[in-house]
Amino acid sequence: MTTWPILSVTTFLPAVGALIVYLSRGDDEASRRNSRWIALWTTLITFAVSVILVMRFDPNSADFQFVEKANWLATGITYHMGVDGISLPLVILTTAVMPFCIIASWKAITNRVREYMMAFLILETLMIGTFSALDLVLFYLFFEGGLIPMFLIIGVWGGPRRVYASFKFFLYTLLGSVLMLLAIMALYWNGGTTDIPTLMHTAVPRSLQTWAWLAFFASFAVKMPMWPVHTWLPDAHVEAPTAGSVVLAAILLKMGGYGFLRFSLPMFPLASHDFAPLIFTLSAIAIIYTSLVALMQEDMKKLIAYSSVAHMGFVTMGIFAGTMQGVAGGMFQMISHGIVSGALFLCVGIVYDRLHTREIAAYGGLVNRMPLYAMTFMVFTMANVGLPGTSGFVGEFMTLLGTFKVSIPTAFFATFGVILSAGYALWLYRKVVFGALVKPSLMSMKDLTLRECVTLFPMVALTILFGVWPKPVLDMSAASVQQLVNNYNTAVTAVKAAALLQ
Amino acid sequence: MSFSTAGYQLAPVLPELVLAVGAMALLMLGAYRGQETTRTVTSLAVLLLVVVGVLVYAQPAGKQVTFGGSFIVDDFARFMKILSLIGSAVTLVLSTEFLSDPSRRIFEYAILVLLSTLGMMVLISAGDLISLYLGLELMSLALYVVASSNRDNAKSTEAGLKYFVLGALSSGMLLYGSSLVYGFTGTVSFTGIAAAVTASNIGLVFGLVFLLAGLCFKVSAVPFHMWTPDVYEGAPTPVTAFFASAPKVAALAVFTRVTLTAFPGIVSQWQQILVFVAIASMALGSFAAIGQSNIKRLMAYSSIGHMGFALVGLASGTVEGAQGVLMYIVIYVAMTLGSFSIILAMKRNGQAVEQISDFAGLSRTNPLLAFMFAMLLFSLAGIPPLAGFFAKWYVFVAAIKANLFTLAVIGVLSSVVGAYYYLAIVKTMYFDEPAGQVDPVRVEVKTVLAVAGLFNILFALFAGPVVSVASAAAKSLF
Repeated sequence: MTTWPILSVTTFLPAVGALIVYLSRGDDEASRRNSRWIALWTTLITFAVSVILVMRFDPNSADFQFVEKANWLATGITYHMGVDGISLPLVILTTAVMPFCIIASWKAITNRVREYMMAFLILETLMIGTFSALDLVLFYLFFEGGLIPMFLIIGVWGGPRRVYASFKFFLYTLLGSVLMLLAIMALYWNGGTTDIPTLMHTAVPRSLQTWAWLAFFASFAVKMPMWPVHTWLPDAHVEAPTAGSVVLAAILLKMGGYGFLRFSLPMFPLASHDFAPLIFTLSAIAIIYTSLVALMQEDMKKLIAYSSVAHMGFVTMGIFAGTMQGVAGGMFQMISHGIVSGALFLCVGIVYDRLHTREIAAYGGLVNRMPLYAMTFMVFTMANVGLPGTSGFVGEFMTLLGTFKVSIPTAFFATFGVILSAGYALWLYRKVVFGALVKPSLMSMKDLTLRECVTLFPMVALTILFGVWPKPVLDMSAASVQQLVNNYNTAVTAVKAAALLQ
Repeated sequence: MSFSTAGYQLAPVLPELVLAVGAMALLMLGAYRGQETTRTVTSLAVLLLVVVGVLVYAQPAGKQVTFGGSFIVDDFARFMKILSLIGSAVTLVLSTEFLSDPSRRIFEYAILVLLSTLGMMVLISAGDLISLYLGLELMSLALYVVASSNRDNAKSTEAGLKYFVLGALSSGMLLYGSSLVYGFTGTVSFTGIAAAVTASNIGLVFGLVFLLAGLCFKVSAVPFHMWTPDVYEGAPTPVTAFFASAPKVAALAVFTRVTLTAFPGIVSQWQQILVFVAIASMALGSFAAIGQSNIKRLMAYSSIGHMGFALVGLASGTVEGAQGVLMYIVIYVAMTLGSFSIILAMKRNGQAVEQISDFAGLSRTNPLLAFMFAMLLFSLAGIPPLAGFFAKWYVFVAAIKANLFTLAVIGVLSSVVGAYYYLAIVKTMYFDEPAGQVDPVRVEVKTVLAVAGLFNILFALFAGPVVSVASAAAKSLF
């Protein structure tokens, strides 16, 4: 059907865009405008191409689609790309969020615009590649390669403590990933290949499963991030420019969850089953502890960052429940969180651009001056709380439901997170938007401009749409999730049966 | 006895003969026409190296042995020879500016580099302990002189002297080890030793340890690394670039050949030594570099660390390990030459600047230079998709296969520590305020930088062919 390598085109189109931006020399206002427009068009065209992926995608098949394979390194390491129901939603999320990032940086970034746009476009290529690589080495290439542009984005265009934050981000993530690299090597010698679909059907000895699971866990837990290795995230979020925070929250964090779904569960089912209690404990702690921490924050971005950690706790909990509802819910929660937290960071960015502070105490009564802003901010706050009718509810509910079947205490404690998230999110909203407009600096605040409306309104629409009609996302991933859950349960029951016989 | 008898053909040593005769001819030219010929001699030397490289490339594939087994030409030797020829030729090109100064017009420089390269080629092809020692001394003696080629500079002279004294000590150890090995096996040829050594024996192990100590000195592995930072800092920058590339190739090649072809019977004996040396080098290279403020000293510690990584591959003692060493050294040479061409390019008002703080804000004053250096630094740190990642992949994959898990874990963890100081330079270039304009970059430096930089960035695209060549070369050792 497809005669052109549509997935590779989607992946490498942004890199081509970056090259075009590079070639448009100059540092005057005109060339800055050029860079912005080229970057915007590149991301839009990439999104358009990725829509073709959705249209041609067969949601009834659990197999990898749009598969491309080419020789790369000798001996079992190939250039192998493809998507299934688990990766495609994340690819679309990436291509859909990027144009908003570019628009959000339109006015906020004034120095070194060309480099900024190039960094973002390269980052997009690496992110799409991470989700569509079907070879472990290729995956690692994209996964780790993303550190370089993100390091520069935080470090060059970030806030006052950018150096500290960028180093912490880079070294933390690298430390987790190098251990995964060793596990990849061990899998390579075990299976003779790094081809992911092949490895999914390769039996891994029990002892290797344990070690490899721990090594992959080291990487994905940092990326996710899970408590207690989440401390890099608030720093990175606070210091990164708005668009950097959006990418970080909306997409980079999802790489951890994607990794658990793609590698940990299918390749090491027994170890995943053994370690599920660990994950449940860490997730429950993350949900409650980071929610409590969020309650104490004075910086808007930091508050949202901690709430992200809590929401990611729902994802890990759902994934390792290993039930259909849990895994599908985790998947949905990732997409929903991608939209909602991305939008929340955009909202913070909008007031930050006007007042240049993120102190919650510096705001109050914005509703009087910015009614449109108050309305959109409210939708995202409600989605963050998990109010029924918004996409946040669907994900949280499904993961709780899936976990309840496996571990009632985990579900019990995790539900406190819903209450606490209402606490901090509503508190933030009240402090910033409601109250009397007394601060003189806020008197001249202007409501959303057209550009800002363009970035926020589609996200409002999606949040509510997926809240009342989550079917498109769930259907897209259903077949793949079903197969994943079946394989996982088969492997676990087989071992249990064998243990009973002895 | 005529030289046409079997086992004494001259065809396999043709490239070495051409290089030796060419070097002597250039020496005559320089000696009779004086120092004005420096430029001509240097250019002709580069040409000669290219010709020799073509000759090596044109040699028939497969293994050829001559001089009664003391000179071996196989895929491995040809691979390593071409690499060290490239290293020598590029550093000669990079030396053009250094030699153009009226006070430093010394034609002997190019001749010494040629002779040292000849030593490397003999070393790489060595099939017994005698030719190993001959090659090593020819290489080293020329290097000692080159290190102090900036005659009026106290630091350069100190570097040369320090290198000489410590080098002589290590040669002594190597000779002592060789004599012990000879004493306990009754032969100096590698194949003979391999046949004689089946079980370990305390005297032989002593010899092996001394032999390896001498070799560790040449690759600057811990605990025989002390000379490296001082020599790197003191020697003129093009010379440092030379030290960091071609001699490392040759030393690592002979290290590989000795351990894998002469002592395959007692792998467990030398494996422990190599594991220790690799761990110590990686750890020291990573931690000691953090405190450095001079970029050349930092590169010295960086190269100590990188040799540790390369030895990780060798420690596994398998064909994958040899392949890992080959991949590592190819990529290491490219990264090193690229980095040193940037250090050479860093000049303010005609003065070379070597402090890391001098790189501040380079991304504003010279974006392309900063970008290339940043990519090289990320590559040295082993971040994909750059070349350095593939280097690390191939050595660690061999270590994992050989079940050297502790070594692999310590290795990757020290690479994270190492990433810190490479990032610190990127930070200086990208996050800090500019420290002033840099002079325009000379064309030959630009060319080297462009080639090395593109090799580094685009390596993932053409990694396949390099891997298969390295794999064939590694197999020729077994």
